[in-house]
Amino acid sequence: MDFTFTEDEQMIIDAVHELGSEELQPHASEVAEAGEFPYEAIEMCREMDIFAIPVEEKWGGLGFGFLLWGAIGELLSYYCQTTGSVFGAHVLAQYPIMEFGTDEQKEKYLIPLTSGEHIGAFGLTEPNAGSDAGAVQTKAELHGDKYILNGTKIFISNGGVAETYVIIANLDPSKGTRGLTAFIIEKGTPGFEFGKDEKKMGWDALPNRELIFQDCEVPVENVLYKPGRGFRVAMGTLGVGRIGMAVGAVGLAQAAFDAAILYAQQREQFGQRIAEFQAIQFKLADMATEIEASRLLYQKSAWLKDQGEKFEKIASMAKLFSSETVSRVTSQAVQIHGGVGYTREFPVERYMRDAKLFEIVEGTSEIQRGIIANLLLRENHI
Amino acid sequence: MNIIVCIKQVPDTSEVRIDPETNTIIREGVPSIINPFDENAIEQAVQLVEEFGGKVTVLSMGPPQAEAALREAMAMGCDEAVLVSDRCFAASDTLATSYVLSAAIRRIGEYDLIFTGKQAFDGDTAQVPPGIAEQLGIPQVTFAIGLEVEGKKARVRRLLEDEFEVVEARMPVLISCVKQMNDPRRPGIKAKLAAKKKEVTVWDSACIEAKACLCGFDGSPTRVVRTFAPTRDIEGEKFEGEPAECAVTLVERLIGEKII
Repeated sequence: MDFTFTEDEQMIIDAVHELGSEELQPHASEVAEAGEFPYEAIEMCREMDIFAIPVEEKWGGLGFGFLLWGAIGELLSYYCQTTGSVFGAHVLAQYPIMEFGTDEQKEKYLIPLTSGEHIGAFGLTEPNAGSDAGAVQTKAELHGDKYILNGTKIFISNGGVAETYVIIANLDPSKGTRGLTAFIIEKGTPGFEFGKDEKKMGWDALPNRELIFQDCEVPVENVLYKPGRGFRVAMGTLGVGRIGMAVGAVGLAQAAFDAAILYAQQREQFGQRIAEFQAIQFKLADMATEIEASRLLYQKSAWLKDQGEKFEKIASMAKLFSSETVSRVTSQAVQIHGGVGYTREFPVERYMRDAKLFEIVEGTSEIQRGIIANLLLRENHI
Repeated sequence: MNIIVCIKQVPDTSEVRIDPETNTIIREGVPSIINPFDENAIEQAVQLVEEFGGKVTVLSMGPPQAEAALREAMAMGCDEAVLVSDRCFAASDTLATSYVLSAAIRRIGEYDLIFTGKQAFDGDTAQVPPGIAEQLGIPQVTFAIGLEVEGKKARVRRLLEDEFEVVEARMPVLISCVKQMNDPRRPGIKAKLAAKKKEVTVWDSACIEAKACLCGFDGSPTRVVRTFAPTRDIEGEKFEGEPAECAVTLVERLIGEKII
């Protein structure tokens, strides 16, 4: 197992560090505070070819693996959580088309998602289908060479902003997961409207919108993979999505840690820097250890994926552990800052608010534990 | 349109320190970058070629490591790169440097425009661009903030201390650029990877037929007697209180000092 980067990969990482420190970080608080989609930051990422990393050169990509993609996602979240979250949500449309799409679908949809000309979004969650994906009620009915979709998705990241949507609908809600079908739907398709944009505890500038389908006609050639096999598309997408969430959590945790270790060496109380108190030192040591372990977990899952091996269990472990790590680490970062950490003068309060979502989004911690346990029992079946 | 851009690799300006013992710039551990004004020159050249077609050749004199700056310039859109590098170029002052660069430009051959930054961040002399133009016997327009090209004519807007000046020059002409001229692009990953694979032509003194007596230490009439970090003799003063009161205090002081 080797997580070292080649010279070319390191050059890309350095370039993203430069972009992050010079262009993203200075505006990160402002972007979150304004709660508006970071078009400028995304445009800069687009110009840098950041969305091209894990895609084959044939489709306009750079042909690198998910290990590098993870390192870049971590840096984006480190410098600007909003940009990192857009990047994480974008791949949820890009990846399934790359993995399950036909050449025609790749030509039409993957190329603009890879250049960043189009932003992507993935729609599975509904008011009554979150953790329980089989309960999707959005219905797709075949009429000639078109499917007609009716239903509502909620909380969709990049919703409204994205041009390309991968939507999971059900051909027959009574069949549960066996009726699920994935569709590629373009923004602007008649019958496809955007509803409420959620006001949230954190992730303020990432749109999480309602998608409303009312007699929305989608041509049969926009079925991704096969009718009735949407569950496989959804699970495959969420597998990579979990690596993405782990990556984002590690980036955010690292940002909180760096803020905390800096502050601990500046703040003086009782005649000494608070970093000299063992109570603070132990916090810092635990935070750094958990971040390191989280990073190694996501790197292992990305590496397995790049090798073409089963990565789902480790991806779930990475998602579970890093999301609980980022909650603890950001909370401790606020604690180390004391009173000022609770104010909006310092970014750590925002980090703490942002952190909580990682334990919920793309499979809650409880769902991850369920997935891990199921896979473990399958592997150790007696 | 054939354009040549002269660039210099300099230590990252935000991290420059001077060794108090030797009075020279401490280069160890300091990252090297393209002189920031030269990035404006590159951007201007690349934009022109994007508009009118042609070729941008980026040129630098320096040690072999300067190749990194040339590759970065190619990532920004320059088509070809030439590094003039020779031990005998070491310790060149501005006269010797402009001699070497002009010899390299003659070797490159045909050109319509030469762009440079207005000055280098480390030396700050602003003497090399006019030096090159003089050596080549072509017109020069320094401190350009804007440029329009019409046929073989360049109309340049110059940024002077209190005013703008618009001048016209017949090509070929050398133009030195200020940072307000444009917003240099940040090269994408694809361009950076492609630039890594491109060739950088390296020429020594023989290749450009440079006379040894005009290069390096021997060709440099300038002698650096001493280099030092400026010391601040007068401490600044801060007026505190309400802005209106501070303004009154300030004006009284300025009148007292017979400044206004």
